[in-house]
Amino acid sequence: MFDLTINGQTRRVEVEPDTPLLWVLRDTLGMTGTKYGCGIAQCGACTVLMDGQATRSCQVTVDSVGTAKVETIEAVQADPVGRKVVEAWVAAQVPQCGYCQSGQVMAATALLRETPKPSDDDIANAMTNLCRCGTYNAIAAAVRHAAA
Amino acid sequence: MDQILRTPSRAPTGTAPAGTANLSRRNLLGAAAGALVLAVALPGRVRAEAQGPAEGAGAIAPKPGTRVPAFLEIRPDGTVRFLSPFVEGGQGIATGMAQIVGEELDVDPARFVVECAPPGPDYAVVNGIRMTGGSFSTRSSYPLMRQLGATARDMLVRAAAARLKVQAAELTTRDGTVVHAASGRTLPYGALAADAMALKPNESAPLRDPTSFRYIGKPVARIDVRDKSTGRAVYAIDQKVEGMLYAAVAHAPHPGTEPAGLDNEAAVRAMPGVHSVHRLPGAVAVAADSWWRARKAVEALTVRWSAPKATGLDTIAADFSSDGLLAALKASAEAGHAAEAEGDVAGAFARAAKVVEAEYAAPYLAHAQLEPPSSIARFNPDGTLDVWLPNQMPELFQTISAKVAGVEPDKVRIHSPMLGGFFGRHFPYDAGNPFPQAILLAKATGRPVKVLWSREEEFARDGLRPLSFSRFRAALDAAGNPTAIEVRTVGEGPIGRYFGALMKTPVDPSAVEGIVEKPYAIANRRMTFTKVAHPVTIAFWRSVGHSMNDAFYESFLDEVAQAGGHDPFELRMTLLKDKPRSLRLLREVADLSGGWQRGPYAAGDGKRARGVSLASPFGSETATIAEVSVEGGEARVHNLWIAFDPGSVVNPAIVTAQVESAAALGTSSVLFEQIVYRDGLRQSQNFDTYPILRREHMPAVHVRIVESGAPMGGVGEPGLPGVPPAILNAIAALTGQRIRSLPVANTKLAGA
Repeated sequence: MFDLTINGQTRRVEVEPDTPLLWVLRDTLGMTGTKYGCGIAQCGACTVLMDGQATRSCQVTVDSVGTAKVETIEAVQADPVGRKVVEAWVAAQVPQCGYCQSGQVMAATALLRETPKPSDDDIANAMTNLCRCGTYNAIAAAVRHAAA
Repeated sequence: MDQILRTPSRAPTGTAPAGTANLSRRNLLGAAAGALVLAVALPGRVRAEAQGPAEGAGAIAPKPGTRVPAFLEIRPDGTVRFLSPFVEGGQGIATGMAQIVGEELDVDPARFVVECAPPGPDYAVVNGIRMTGGSFSTRSSYPLMRQLGATARDMLVRAAAARLKVQAAELTTRDGTVVHAASGRTLPYGALAADAMALKPNESAPLRDPTSFRYIGKPVARIDVRDKSTGRAVYAIDQKVEGMLYAAVAHAPHPGTEPAGLDNEAAVRAMPGVHSVHRLPGAVAVAADSWWRARKAVEALTVRWSAPKATGLDTIAADFSSDGLLAALKASAEAGHAAEAEGDVAGAFARAAKVVEAEYAAPYLAHAQLEPPSSIARFNPDGTLDVWLPNQMPELFQTISAKVAGVEPDKVRIHSPMLGGFFGRHFPYDAGNPFPQAILLAKATGRPVKVLWSREEEFARDGLRPLSFSRFRAALDAAGNPTAIEVRTVGEGPIGRYFGALMKTPVDPSAVEGIVEKPYAIANRRMTFTKVAHPVTIAFWRSVGHSMNDAFYESFLDEVAQAGGHDPFELRMTLLKDKPRSLRLLREVADLSGGWQRGPYAAGDGKRARGVSLASPFGSETATIAEVSVEGGEARVHNLWIAFDPGSVVNPAIVTAQVESAAALGTSSVLFEQIVYRDGLRQSQNFDTYPILRREHMPAVHVRIVESGAPMGGVGEPGLPGVPPAILNAIAALTGQRIRSLPVANTKLAGA
């Protein structure tokens, strides 16, 4: 049994200790905004924030979460930076199929909280999630827009 | 209780009726449903040959696209629910439909809620059938959907006239409201909908004058972008139904082999949350109370699989390799069937001052859409079956689902959620989709079951863009101009694979498109196709045959230019002098890129060069210029300039986004992607072993839309085919290396 702090609330879950946080979110808690893409930390579709850091939740076992504050896409608009990112995403019409975009928005939110005025290199280093629709240029434009 | 599912058909009680153990999707596909696909999947000319005029696909439904209540629900709050014939998967069709219908209905597209409609004849709006593919959606349904909106508006106006006791001619509309200007009275659509829907539709209700369009032709914001930016968009993988079990599968390492025995079934059944263990055709499965538990359990199973054949190309044998298949394509001595034949090719070669020859090959490709496939199946007490699944063709999946379940098709409800990318992934492919497994497991367990394939299982069973091979020859005259071209294509395409029985010509159009029907003035041409079947499950992949064939042809044309001492851009201008549409695009793309220059030239930290290409896929035309450099033996694509002529457009912002997306996939495929088989096994299991384009390799993409006024062409796929050859031609210009075997990553490039 684990008590997790997710989006400011304590959630008690009964799962095996090695269960990835991703599947606790999706199947145990029904929070399906966080996506499964690869399961091996390649694609970043499962990105959540743990104590503010963009983290690939497919690689985080539930027993390692401890007291870390987990933030997911479901609560992104509760955060002023997250809200700005979402508005930039909408303004730049970033998503196509949209499947990777929860993770992209979370990664951008983590970046802009840490580095409000990111350089192109900062963006390149932080925005490493895969997008099969090739929305990379729109993503970079939206990050710059959100930082402006 | 024996929980092993020995046959696909098993009653929930646990008894094991005589089964349909040889479940074969290919057999199922060969039935009537396949004929429907064929009608749209083939280019028009080939279709006419294959079907004959009396068998037009339009015969299956009385009047698709006309029954207003089947499409539109106008809600009291003024929003409009539109049941779309098409599934949204990032191509923007939901917004496009809202624009077209909203324009004539007089409702802002932003107030549309668009869902993919259930199966039904009303939605067969693509030449009489229904599919989301072939870049057909907008171009096939545009006039029908406009009329649908106009018809609905007319019904609302007449309902308002009755309510207000005035003549309909006295009424106008204004964004969801009927207005009686003379009295100043207004009625919102939402208050009129019930009355309006009961009226007889007037299918010749007048259309809006295009010069007054407010939405069509405008860069209207996509209606699903906010949900997709906040995690609220719901895909198949996100869906859940009451009482559902989660199932994970492990497929046979060698397709075509079967589970012969399980050594630790009892131990696995005792794992946390496990409900049951099953054998399926070519796979084993575990159903559990969460997917992670199901996956852990199925991966813990020790399965003894039957042995594959030792060798041969009729199955994926133990020694099967993609290299071996390519060698077989090259070695084939079988004469080809003419796909195109003009002039006197033999004579032209006999008189040639110079002959150029080259062989081109492209690998198997995975779709690698970011959403792994899943499906939920639920048998209901009334004998009906619900299936939730990603799909591009609801009626076909309904037909197959019914056969798998052993019920009539009209007992099957198909739910088609938004797709997390598709690129051709979600047609039914031989053992390539999870929905039959979900149906079999729901039947076996007596519970609704959701099957989700792990990324590894997806890479193991995805249908692949076929490995391809063509041999080119060209004859040049003394001035270095091509007088003849001859192309021998050997292999197999997805149309021939899945719908070949219905083709009356032995030439598979999906194998030769991009090589035939080129716009160039080369008088003598002979293109042939020789079928050599692959044991691999092949598939439609964004832009299908064009995705490799345009790369081959346009690369070879650059080889011809070089052999003849011509600049590749100038040679194309010469060969297109009687093709004003193509010529204009070439000029547009040159202008967009700041004027044609091949290079190499100094730029950035080193040298760069450019390549040019043309393509005419799916009724649209493109001209593309790529700029590349080489760093550390690898190609870097810096810029892509694309002039794109789809005739006319509904949403220029969506068109631009689609061209950029296609350019990304074209760049990804030509530089990096390949599924390699060795010892009968795919060598890619996940994105670490199947690299796709990452952000650092994304070029700047500059798109210019040219609306020539030609008949409306496709949008989703046509941006792709010009990109690989433009990149290959730029690499050749820079390094002198002509890459004829894809992807580029297999070749170490010379520094430049």
